[in-house]
Amino acid sequence: MKISDKEMTHLAELSGLTLTKTEMTNLQQDLERILEYVSQLNEVDTEGVEPTYQTFDLENVTRADVPIDYGVTKEQLLALAPEVKDGMIAVGGVL
Amino acid sequence: MKLASKSVSAVEMVKEALRKAKAASEYNIFVNLTEERALARAEEIDAKILAGEEVGALAGVPYALKDNYLDLKTPTTASAKILEEFVSPLQATVVKKLEEAGAICIGKANMDAFGHGAFTENSAYGVTKNAIDKTRVAGGSSGGSAVAVALALDIVPFAIGSDTGGSARAPASFNGIVGVRPTFGAVSRYGVVAFASSTDTVGCLARDADDARLVMRVIAGEDARDSTSVNDVYYQPDTPRDISLDGQQLRIGLIASLLGEGVDAEVVARTKEYAEKMKQAGHEVGEVDLPMLQYAVPIYYVVTSAETASNLARYDGVRYGRDRKGDSFVAETRRRIVIGNYVLSAGFYDAYYIKAQKVRTLLIEEMREAFSRFDVLLTPTMPFVAPKIGEKAGDPLLGYLADLMTAPPALVGVPAISVPAGETAGGLPVGVQLIGWRGDDEKLLALAEQMENLTKEGVYKGGVA
Repeated sequence: MKISDKEMTHLAELSGLTLTKTEMTNLQQDLERILEYVSQLNEVDTEGVEPTYQTFDLENVTRADVPIDYGVTKEQLLALAPEVKDGMIAVGGVL
Repeated sequence: MKLASKSVSAVEMVKEALRKAKAASEYNIFVNLTEERALARAEEIDAKILAGEEVGALAGVPYALKDNYLDLKTPTTASAKILEEFVSPLQATVVKKLEEAGAICIGKANMDAFGHGAFTENSAYGVTKNAIDKTRVAGGSSGGSAVAVALALDIVPFAIGSDTGGSARAPASFNGIVGVRPTFGAVSRYGVVAFASSTDTVGCLARDADDARLVMRVIAGEDARDSTSVNDVYYQPDTPRDISLDGQQLRIGLIASLLGEGVDAEVVARTKEYAEKMKQAGHEVGEVDLPMLQYAVPIYYVVTSAETASNLARYDGVRYGRDRKGDSFVAETRRRIVIGNYVLSAGFYDAYYIKAQKVRTLLIEEMREAFSRFDVLLTPTMPFVAPKIGEKAGDPLLGYLADLMTAPPALVGVPAISVPAGETAGGLPVGVQLIGWRGDDEKLLALAEQMENLTKEGVYKGGVA
């Protein structure tokens, strides 16, 4: 399984990672080897088999529509953010 | 109850644990010691005892908490730099339950960052050394938790770890102790730093099955804050210990394909001896072949990398933690994020992610069928004893293959425990894995205890360092 430089740059972007050239090259090689290793899954006939997403038998777990006290204040949560403005978390422009 | 010995005060027990933790600093067991808070809690508990008030099943017992559990006003890093400055305003349900039972956390234990590893070599805060031989790895990812419990250092009688693909069982086997992975959902994951949500579980490390059972009973149960949690897997803490086994003859299935190529000869020998002892205990032992097991590691790395890429997207540098640049993530975490995003991306999603989840279905069906013929499955826990530090580093696939035996129960959602099964000629501990079907947790621990009583080998007492 070959990963092109362009694909690798796109993947790093998707992953939100800023990588040096060496890190990029190493990851590219690791990824190729790992994909080759996991491609042995293609030996298995899965025609008509449903994928598994969870291993417990619960479905649509709901609770009463009342607020739960998590014992934590807005101020405590804001204190975790690196940048705060006017009682809100400050973020960079998205558009 | 031997954990909650009333002959010494909580303050004395906590002070002694902290003294031993500091004396063992070269093992790099803890990311942080929570000394001040631990001593204050110990004083509270002593005051309660003095006043004749009710104290819990673990009153005054010191323990180590893996650093991916949130505790009030305590730094929680998951051994990653991106969370270096994060101080939790919340408390994990498990920690709250342990506090209510009177247990006292003395420190946050080192781990592979976000649980990404089998050796505790992938921590941003350095490698944790094996308790029996400090030139070897602790195992992982709950390495700090296991070494803190190991009798060689004797710091705490139990620790909380987590187990996504073997993270409690692997270090237990490398340090000669018991490591428990419960049935998926048996213990609330509220307040645990997420790695892979379809296989993350809360586990414990202890010196014998009896102690492990008490800890699991204290922390288990449904929690409104975790919609994947369920009741009725573990009994209440005060339930008599032998309730689930009742002298019955169990059908044990030894998984023959996991005793072949790539597995250390001495590990195979100890596993076969353990199977023989099970016969002596009156159980019936047969061989079982599960062909789908050979695909467990590839399934595991596709599925859990996808889930970790998704879970770790929350570390965006906006709400908490640093941004994702530089050394915020260790190399192994970056690797898994990239694999995960690759297998989830357009054009590859069906070929990798969905394919793996379909093969996972076949693995689950195969194991379900095996449990119609057997009550418990037996394998080694790890294919080898603790490697030298650095021996498996450098090639990620070498590390991934370490999960050969521990990944299958995780993917199926069944309980599995690692128990001591003697040692190699060189004095290194070997662990075997007992696997049950969903909800069989108490049965596994009862069986482990019966075997400990038979072999008198519950606790590893050797040492080569």
